[in-house]
Amino acid sequence: MKTDYIRPLDFRTGCVDMTHGSGGRAMAQLVDELFLRALDNPWLRALNDQAAFSVPGRRMVMSTDSHVVSPLFFPGGDIGSLAVHGTINDVAMAGAEPLYLAAGFVLEEGFPLGELQRIVESMAAAARAARVPVVCGDTKVVQKGKGDGVFITTTGVGVVPEGVEISGDRARPGDRILVSGTVGDHGVAILSHREHLAFETTIRSDSAALHGLVAAMLAAVPGIHCLRDPTRGGLATTLNELARQSGVGMRLDEAAIPVAPEVAAACELLGLDPLYVANEGKLVAICADADAARLREAMRAHPLGQNAALIGEVVEDPRRFVQMRTALGGQRIVDWLTGEPLPRIC
Amino acid sequence: MKYVDEFRDAALARGIAQAIARAADPARAYRLMEFCGGHTHAIARYGVQDLLPKNVRMIHGPGCPVCVLPIARIDAAIALARRPNTTLVTYADTLRVPASHGQSLTRAKAQGASVRMAYSVAEALALARAQPEREVVFFAIGFETTTPPTAVALRQARAEGLRNFSVFCNHVLTPAAMAAILDAPGGVPLDGFVGPAHVSTVIGSRPYERFARDYAKPVVIAGFEPLDVMQAILMLIRQVNAGRAAVENEFTRAVTRDGNAKAIALMSEVFELCDSFAWRGLGEIPASGLRLREPYAAFDAERRFPAEVVVAPVVDHKACECGAILRGHKRPQDCKVFGTVCTPDNPIGACMVSSEGACAAHYSYGRWRDEASRVREAA
Repeated sequence: MKTDYIRPLDFRTGCVDMTHGSGGRAMAQLVDELFLRALDNPWLRALNDQAAFSVPGRRMVMSTDSHVVSPLFFPGGDIGSLAVHGTINDVAMAGAEPLYLAAGFVLEEGFPLGELQRIVESMAAAARAARVPVVCGDTKVVQKGKGDGVFITTTGVGVVPEGVEISGDRARPGDRILVSGTVGDHGVAILSHREHLAFETTIRSDSAALHGLVAAMLAAVPGIHCLRDPTRGGLATTLNELARQSGVGMRLDEAAIPVAPEVAAACELLGLDPLYVANEGKLVAICADADAARLREAMRAHPLGQNAALIGEVVEDPRRFVQMRTALGGQRIVDWLTGEPLPRIC
Repeated sequence: MKYVDEFRDAALARGIAQAIARAADPARAYRLMEFCGGHTHAIARYGVQDLLPKNVRMIHGPGCPVCVLPIARIDAAIALARRPNTTLVTYADTLRVPASHGQSLTRAKAQGASVRMAYSVAEALALARAQPEREVVFFAIGFETTTPPTAVALRQARAEGLRNFSVFCNHVLTPAAMAAILDAPGGVPLDGFVGPAHVSTVIGSRPYERFARDYAKPVVIAGFEPLDVMQAILMLIRQVNAGRAAVENEFTRAVTRDGNAKAIALMSEVFELCDSFAWRGLGEIPASGLRLREPYAAFDAERRFPAEVVVAPVVDHKACECGAILRGHKRPQDCKVFGTVCTPDNPIGACMVSSEGACAAHYSYGRWRDEASRVREAA
């Protein structure tokens, strides 16, 4: 009898069941054969309940993000890569260098092991490419019908370089506003794959880790005032958040905001405004007027900022309105998102 | 975006704006009503008002499908969605419309009612086929634009013998509402209409001819792009200046005099005129709404679920001015609760819900103008 043999997990036809979350041998097997193997690094290999690491004596940042995207797989990414990119970006938006990630999985009973494997391997590939290891994790299983396949929560820590002071309350009248590329790609890629809405498109999610771009931007302009990634609620909502935090108004130029023609067309069809559609690989930067041209060039020199553009300026406004000169030449408010972005019917 | 950007071009807009400024007689005012919510939205979204002279005022009309639905009809839709083993399929616009007792379809859904958002009636039909054991009710709203698709779905359901599909019909007619605005005693003075875009692709331009002939009001049918609207405004001003009243068509790329014969035939095969339909803000208007014809009675949710569809009059919130705003009597900013108690996140009236509603459009895109004037007044 081979005493150390257990039958390997069946990733071809097997499913998650309640034993995978019970804390027993089945759970250990799932951790060994999937999570450890894919995300392999010295911290995970130690098999402790926590990861231990030393930190440099600088300001640290920490951020957490839960991912519940549907569908789980979409053009340009999946929930695994998204969970890595999303949290890295939240850490990077403080100007920090992301160091480590933690990941919590909530799995629904009956979820195919093969799909879980695809997700975890995609997560591992994203973490490797970003050079930010997943050093600890947790898995829970909920009964069928109590989840939506897979939910992933990731938490990240990072350190802020000396002299960098980035915060959403630092926008000042006279500052310039930049965006790192086309807006709305992620949301439209997701929508185009939603059940009942499938339409043919070549649009891919822009899901990407932005810490490399941020490092290049800080090398050019260490005194960036604000950084934020315009995820849910899109560019419009992010700018309203920053205006509120800083107690300022903004003036945008609609014609300067980059939107891919396919995204503009899809939004037209669905009755959506690209300014309110989610991004997962873009950032908004606000800096002093004197630094703006230099910052834009640094962004354009990076592969993730090739379409970077100056889109407006910060103004004094006690009402904190984000206003926009429309492409037609009129003026309008770019307001907070209301409810869910719903389509119009006629 | 080809075929769209051309109609949003800033240089062309400047050209038309200059032509409007030259044409508009500074000695008089021009009060033009854009009937459709689609136009209201385009005007606000692109800041068209900023390109018009001060004496050209756009008055927002009632052409917003959810805005003109009486509260009782939303209440009935909620009652249908709460029925056991029943799913209500609806366009997204209706979801957040305030109903009686602080309810809305969104809230009812959170409390367990089965409500499903759809882009088209075809999705409701597909759901009925996929779940034969469930009642699927489509909440049909809208003007002549959304009516033909509902007719197609009903024909298909009848041909397939689908037993679990029905339609809660709230389709209404544009010309009837325009006439009601003109007939209203003490009605708002108007110099002309920017006529509907999509509605007119279906019904054509002929049904508006009586407004030119009998009421001496010019009508210019216009597309939903900002340059369409501006061109229509210019055409209206020229008619007013010349003392003419005719139906003109700016939207020739989509609208003919006789409309879409196939769609019109479909509508009249499936629907017939109701004696009267109660409009929010405009009241009872004779022959202004549609109901299912007798051969489709089995698919009529009103007849099938009489216990749920009780359309008794419900009084609007007393501070809400939606009615006067829909008639063109008041502007959104004239309402006491506008922007304070009533906002898009917490709407009191339907005009604050749909992006085509006058209040939502003004709040989301144009309220900086009021704030600017308020700040000036305060200073």
